[in-house]
Amino acid sequence: MLNYSLTQLGAALRAKKISSVELTQLYLDRIAAHNPVLNAYLTVDAKTSLTQAAAADALLAQGRALPLTGIPIAQKDIFCAKGWRTTCGSKMLSDFIAPYDAHVVEQFNKAGAINLGKTNMDEFAMGSSNETSYFGPVKNPWNHNAVPGGSSGGAASAVAARLCAAATGTDTGGSIRQPAALCGITGIKPTYGTVSRYGMIAFASSLDQAGPMAKSAEDCALMLNVMAGFDERDSTSLLREKEDYTRDLNRPLQGLRIGLPREFFAEGLSNDVAGRVQDAIAEYKKLGAVVIDISLPNSNLAVPVYYVLAPAEASSNLSRFDGVRYGYRAPEYTDLADMYEKSRAQGFGEEVKRRIMIGTYVLSHGYYDAYYLQAQKIRRLIAQDFTDAFKQCDVIMGPTSPSTAFNLGDKGDDPVQMYLSDIYTIAVNLAGLPGMSIPCGFGDPGANGPAMPAGLQIIGNYFDEARMLNAAHQYQLATDWHSKQPNGI
Amino acid sequence: MILYQSCYYKAFTMSLSTADVQKVARLARLAMNNTEIEAARTQLSGIFELIEEMQAVDTSGIEPMSHAQDLSQRLREDRVTETDQRELFQSIAPQVEAGLYLVPQVIE
Repeated sequence: MLNYSLTQLGAALRAKKISSVELTQLYLDRIAAHNPVLNAYLTVDAKTSLTQAAAADALLAQGRALPLTGIPIAQKDIFCAKGWRTTCGSKMLSDFIAPYDAHVVEQFNKAGAINLGKTNMDEFAMGSSNETSYFGPVKNPWNHNAVPGGSSGGAASAVAARLCAAATGTDTGGSIRQPAALCGITGIKPTYGTVSRYGMIAFASSLDQAGPMAKSAEDCALMLNVMAGFDERDSTSLLREKEDYTRDLNRPLQGLRIGLPREFFAEGLSNDVAGRVQDAIAEYKKLGAVVIDISLPNSNLAVPVYYVLAPAEASSNLSRFDGVRYGYRAPEYTDLADMYEKSRAQGFGEEVKRRIMIGTYVLSHGYYDAYYLQAQKIRRLIAQDFTDAFKQCDVIMGPTSPSTAFNLGDKGDDPVQMYLSDIYTIAVNLAGLPGMSIPCGFGDPGANGPAMPAGLQIIGNYFDEARMLNAAHQYQLATDWHSKQPNGI
Repeated sequence: MILYQSCYYKAFTMSLSTADVQKVARLARLAMNNTEIEAARTQLSGIFELIEEMQAVDTSGIEPMSHAQDLSQRLREDRVTETDQRELFQSIAPQVEAGLYLVPQVIE
């Protein structure tokens, strides 16, 4: 049952083969057994989860179940969930009990899904390895010496280790796609504005977007059906008709035009990941797709532009943490300024402080034009590259990450090396486009470790999630990489 | 326009000084001791080397893209939509008294 799709789980629940309480208990037992090693969950509240499950069972008994009713999912700890500790991976919020539900949490509650708990993450979603979490790193279930990726590393680890049926994540520069790739699961970051950011703790508001992480594209489509939708409480939420993201899953791929950006296959990409991506492209050709060589000439500028814009927005967003209304306050201080400075210095971790400093600097007097404005102009050039590319192709494919999962501690001392692990994902956020990652095989085994999963990135045009999910689903019907699971779980 | 150019020049050639980092830490309201300032200076200089790649790009005539959507903000009727949840919100505050948030004395 652990490998059931969400559709199969829903059918089993409706057929009374298992109750939601039993299914929730099954996952809670698995979390109790595996979480001490994996550290994928920060907060579990069995009583609340089981109460939700009992309510779901009542709905199921009355025949009033929706597709996800009774199914246990995990929420990234960036989403406020009323009454739940919501930390965002930070000491700053280590005792914060959310007083309200994020829109995403509300949507899952309305759908009758069960909240199994809150998943670990890089502090304030700033990181690509989950090592910046105040609560310790998450382990990759394929190799406990390896990182799960980040920032949604807890979610990716939990899905891969079957500690939930599916999970939520957020993606500001690759935080859904990169951990999905490194843990061998499927994740999609929708078009900016598709999922409400209400109650989702802000990092870089013009880039942040929530999305599902699951075992397959089909499951992601069902999750996205719940998550997406207009919400007036997010001023950037898009007023669009409700979509069924499963509608195109079964379309044949005959004639699908796949653009391969030559910049994504250049220096910096490891040979094994390049090989697996090429294998996946060969499979797509067998399925009837045609491949077109394209160029995204400004893609090399995505990382520099991102590391101006995201820290700039973060320095502004994180100014709310002042030790006055909520969050950590230093135990000793002399005056108000000292209280602010000590509370923030003690409450934030190193990476968060680094990004606040970068952001403060690039926005400060005398540097604004050279950094912030210049970055915004290049952001337009990067977005324009995609607009031009989509005149020739339907989807863009390439690697999600330049390598398979690296080991814990390997990039810890060098922020620049860490930033470059998001080289293929960041441009998608800058443009506001949808992007996803699906498992496409395994890299070469390391000196001391097993072969680790590799991810294929699929980038779509604005609002083309259904087509991307279709392309991913057809690949997953023809291959079985997505159904592989780590040993010992 | 000349000002603009000189601004680029400054950004291009400057590595961060200790005083720069101290100023930024103060603006960001982050208490940092001398060791932390020095460590931050080294790391931030490395990051700014990466960021400097941007400066070689000719962006004359390009409109800045401030957001993922080129849409104007929605407007709504000006009416009260929030309910009073003062007690709930203050229950998670570090220090409150009689419905007020307490901070160190600001005015003598």
